[in-house]
Amino acid sequence: MAEPMQVEVVSADKVIWSGESTNVIAKTTDGEIGILPGHAPVLAVLQPSAVVIFCEDGRKREVVAVDGGFVSVSQGRVSILSEYARLADELSVGEAERELAEAQQRLDSGDGNEEDRKHFQRATAQLRAAQKRQ
Amino acid sequence: MPASLRDLRQRRSSVTTIKKVTRAMELIAASRIVKAQQRAQSSAPYARELTRAVSAVATFSNVEHPLTTESDNPTRAAVLLITSDRGLAGAYSSSVIRAGEELNQLLRENGKTAVSYLAGRKATAFYGFRRREVAGSWEGFSDAPTYAHAREIADALIEAFLKPTEEGGVDEIHVVYTRFVSMLTQKAEVIRLLPLEVVEDTEPPSKSDVLPLYEFEPDAETVLDELLPLYVASRIQYCLLQAAASELASRQRAMKSATDNAQQLIERLTREANQARQAEITQEISEIVGGSAALAEATAGVD
Repeated sequence: MAEPMQVEVVSADKVIWSGESTNVIAKTTDGEIGILPGHAPVLAVLQPSAVVIFCEDGRKREVVAVDGGFVSVSQGRVSILSEYARLADELSVGEAERELAEAQQRLDSGDGNEEDRKHFQRATAQLRAAQKRQ
Repeated sequence: MPASLRDLRQRRSSVTTIKKVTRAMELIAASRIVKAQQRAQSSAPYARELTRAVSAVATFSNVEHPLTTESDNPTRAAVLLITSDRGLAGAYSSSVIRAGEELNQLLRENGKTAVSYLAGRKATAFYGFRRREVAGSWEGFSDAPTYAHAREIADALIEAFLKPTEEGGVDEIHVVYTRFVSMLTQKAEVIRLLPLEVVEDTEPPSKSDVLPLYEFEPDAETVLDELLPLYVASRIQYCLLQAAASELASRQRAMKSATDNAQQLIERLTREANQARQAEITQEISEIVGGSAALAEATAGVD
C-alpha cells in the first residue's frame, strides 16, 4: 500500500486539522470525489458539504464541514481550503439544526441576497457534518 | 511667582493618575500585540495555500479573468485606507491618512478620480470633517479584525471593480495600510490590490516545490472564478491583521513615552512642592524669631 497522504484542512484564520490519511472523500461541483494515495494532481472547487477524512487505516474518521472553497491534491499532499471550515467534533446536531432553522428563516424573509444564501448553505453543510459524525 | 504648595500637590496627584492610566494602556497594548501576531501567523497557511493554488492556475492556463485584466484607460481608482478606531496611538492613523493623501494627489495628477473606502473611525472622522464623499466605510474592528470583516470589505471592493466605470465602478483598487516591520518600526504602505498581480515568493522554488500539472475540476475558468475573490479577501485580511498589530505597537510606544513624560513631570512637581514647603517653613520660623525678638525688645524698653 502506498504511503498515506498528508492532509491539511485550512480555514481563513487557522489550520483546522492536519494529519495523515488514506482516503479523503469530498463533494466537488462535478460530484463526489474520493482521493486515495497516488491520486493525480487535481484542483477542484468544493460544494458546501461535509468532507470525510479516513485516518489510521479507516479505523478513525474526521468529518469537516466546508462552505465551498477548494481541494488541491499534489504529490501526496491534500489541502482543503474553505473560508469557514469547521470540525464536526466541534458541532452538535442540535446546534446545527437551530442554526439551519435561523438561516432558513432569514432566507425566507429576506430579499434573497447572497449573504443569506451562503449562510443557509453553510448551515446545511454543518448539519450534515454533525449527522455524519454520529 | 511659584505656585502654592496646595496647587503643586494637586497637580502632582493628577499627573500620578494620568501615569497610572497610560501605564495600564501600555501594558494592555503590549499583551494584545502578542495575540495579534499569533492571529497573523495562524492565517498564514491559508494565504500560502491560496497563493500556491492561484499561481498553479495562472501558470497552467491562459485564462483571462476580469479581476486580472488591466483597463486600457483607467479613469477611476478606489483607495482603501486602513486606520484605527481609537486614538492615543501616536502618529499611527495620521501617517496612513497622509500616505492616502499623497496617493490621491498622485492619482489626480495621472488624471484619475479617487474613490475613497475607509476602515476605522479615525479615517471616517477625517473625511467627515472635510465633508468629502466616501464610497464605503467600516468601523469597530481595527484592533481585532476577523476574516468576516475582510470578506465584507473584499465583497464591496470586488463589486465596485466589476461594475463598468460609467456606472460608478472603478478600474483599479489601492490599499493604504501599515506594515508591521518590527515592534519598533511600522510603515505606512500602499499596495495595488486590483487588477491582481499574483504575489509569488521571491526566493526561487526548490525542486519539490515545482508545481505539478494540475487537472482542474470542473475547468480552469471556474476554478479561477472561485479562487480570485478568496485571494483578494485573503490579501485584505493580511493587510487588516498587519494594521492591527501595527496599531497596537504604536499605541504601546505612544503610551510608554506618555508614562515616561508623566514620571518626569511628577519628579519635577515633587521637587517644586518640596521647595515651596521648605520656603513656607523658613518663613514661619523667621516670623516667629522676628516676633519674639520684637517682643523681647519691647519688654526690655519697659524695664
